[in-house]
Amino acid sequence: MSDPHAAILIVDDEFSVRDSLDGWFRRDGFRTGTADSAEAALGRLKEGPWDVVLLDIRMPGMDGMELQRRIHEIDPDLPVIMITAFASVDTAVRAMKQGAFDYITKPIDPDELSHQVVKAIDQRRLRTENTRLRQQVEAAGGRFEGIVGDSQAMRQVLEMVRSVASTDATVLIRGESGTGKELVARAVHSQSARRFYPMVPVNCGALSESLLESELFGHEKGAFTGAQYRRKGRLEMADGGTLFLDEIGTISPKTQIELLRVLETKTFTRLGGSQPIEVDFRVICATNPDLEQLVREGTFRDDLYYRIHVVTIHLPPLRDRREDIPALAMHFLHKFARQMNRPFEDFSPDAMDVLVRQDWPGNIRELANAVERALVVGNPPTVVARDLPVHLDNGADAPAGDSLTDIERAHVARILERTGWNISRSAGILGIDRATLYSKIKKYGLRR
Amino acid sequence: MLAVVPFYLGDDADLVEPLSAELRRLFRRDVRILPPWFDPEEAFDGSRAQYHSTRILAMLLDGPGERFERVLAVTGVDLFIPILTYVFGEAQLSGKAAVASVQRLRPEAYGLAPDRVLLLGRLVKEAVHELGHTHGLLHCTDAGCVMRSSTYVEEIDLKGPEFCEACSAVLPGDEPGR
Repeated sequence: MSDPHAAILIVDDEFSVRDSLDGWFRRDGFRTGTADSAEAALGRLKEGPWDVVLLDIRMPGMDGMELQRRIHEIDPDLPVIMITAFASVDTAVRAMKQGAFDYITKPIDPDELSHQVVKAIDQRRLRTENTRLRQQVEAAGGRFEGIVGDSQAMRQVLEMVRSVASTDATVLIRGESGTGKELVARAVHSQSARRFYPMVPVNCGALSESLLESELFGHEKGAFTGAQYRRKGRLEMADGGTLFLDEIGTISPKTQIELLRVLETKTFTRLGGSQPIEVDFRVICATNPDLEQLVREGTFRDDLYYRIHVVTIHLPPLRDRREDIPALAMHFLHKFARQMNRPFEDFSPDAMDVLVRQDWPGNIRELANAVERALVVGNPPTVVARDLPVHLDNGADAPAGDSLTDIERAHVARILERTGWNISRSAGILGIDRATLYSKIKKYGLRR
Repeated sequence: MLAVVPFYLGDDADLVEPLSAELRRLFRRDVRILPPWFDPEEAFDGSRAQYHSTRILAMLLDGPGERFERVLAVTGVDLFIPILTYVFGEAQLSGKAAVASVQRLRPEAYGLAPDRVLLLGRLVKEAVHELGHTHGLLHCTDAGCVMRSSTYVEEIDLKGPEFCEACSAVLPGDEPGR
């Protein structure tokens, strides 16, 4: 069926032809325009965009052949269908060689006419879409979606992304929690030859051993209790594309062996299955903990370590690229303002000062949370310092002195504030057990 | 009130009464059957051995045609517009004149056995479709709507004789005093 938004330009010196074609297509809901000469057609081209041109080959003055050439100088992707009398089929063939989409002979079979025009419009849409995607990919050459920052450290990261993307090498992304490891993995994938296939992320740290195996390898029906259907695993889903294994350091020794086998042979079997399945994907891993340390401790296999440790991209913590904080903060301000429909435009100088001076142990994720919270509690259009989470206000939580005790008190207070006084999470962040945390709260007289 | 103007229908002239009854029902208008007040030969193109449908529309608008809300010519001859090999019918978009031909609606035109019921059904759909154009309706995407575009005769068979809800909404209500 016709696309009601498509526009057809009809060029013919005969009024009856223009009129009947115009009526025919308008009844189908197309937008139409007519021109009685090549010169008039060139003028109407500017009124576009047009999706297809129907063009009579024989016209007084500039003929259809010359007009077709001129049209393609202006818009090389605009399909032109030549209309010709039976006697001039040779000319139509020449027009095709010159780039015409097709030709139809007068009088036109109504079915052929509709068919040709719909086909031409489909091709126009595909070409436009292709051009748009190509431009997106080319634009991404200078900028990666979601990655903000122009510091020297981030420029080095992006340079590394560009150089590894064109290879098929395994990439290990290292960085603290919240530094944007998955975004960088996506940037590598989006610049690689595999970009038209999926990037499949697996958060190894979030799954138990058996769940992770089932998630990675999939399973056959009846492989285990509850496996009622055959299910494809992430390895199969990533075929042709990129497999992103986040928190690779957390996987169990048994899964390490199985994963190593897959990476070496590029084949695996589903759980409960016997049929080997071949896969072809690139592997990108990410880790926060020091993998070398895990290898020394014997919890991470050295052969797997060497297999994934081919190219490494280090993501700097946010405190090492403070110059990026204003741009990042503005990026999140605009993003959340749009999402929440809150007309925020800027940060006050003191609010920005507080943001830039922070150490951000939770890195970009923590900064994003702080900005999101500020947009909830603040008043548009400007975020001021008091809108920021309390623990960010150095004046309130700054150590009262320089002794270790002063610093510890302030640090414990800050973490408690940040977690909303969640004792388990605070104890986890501080690396102490809950009982120790309670004793410190009591010792320092901390209150909510 | 609608005027139906049959000409050159030959053996198919008996379709005019049942067609008029259907038009009366669907458009909620009185229908008058009138002989042509024009010479159809003026629309004949000797080089194509066909009748120019746009010229027929122009002739319908002259003379007695002016008195009617809509005028529909029904004919047995083959119709064309200059750029196309044939048309089943033609109408003035948002105007008052329409023409429909049974020539290419007959099963015999495709090597099949005659079928009067099928032919009447096709003629009703084609006539209603063209009159729909006179009410400003464009081709509809609803598969069952009579305003669905049909370039093959089989496509006429696939749709119904009625307007879909959206197209019905555009049509005028009952004739005043009816």
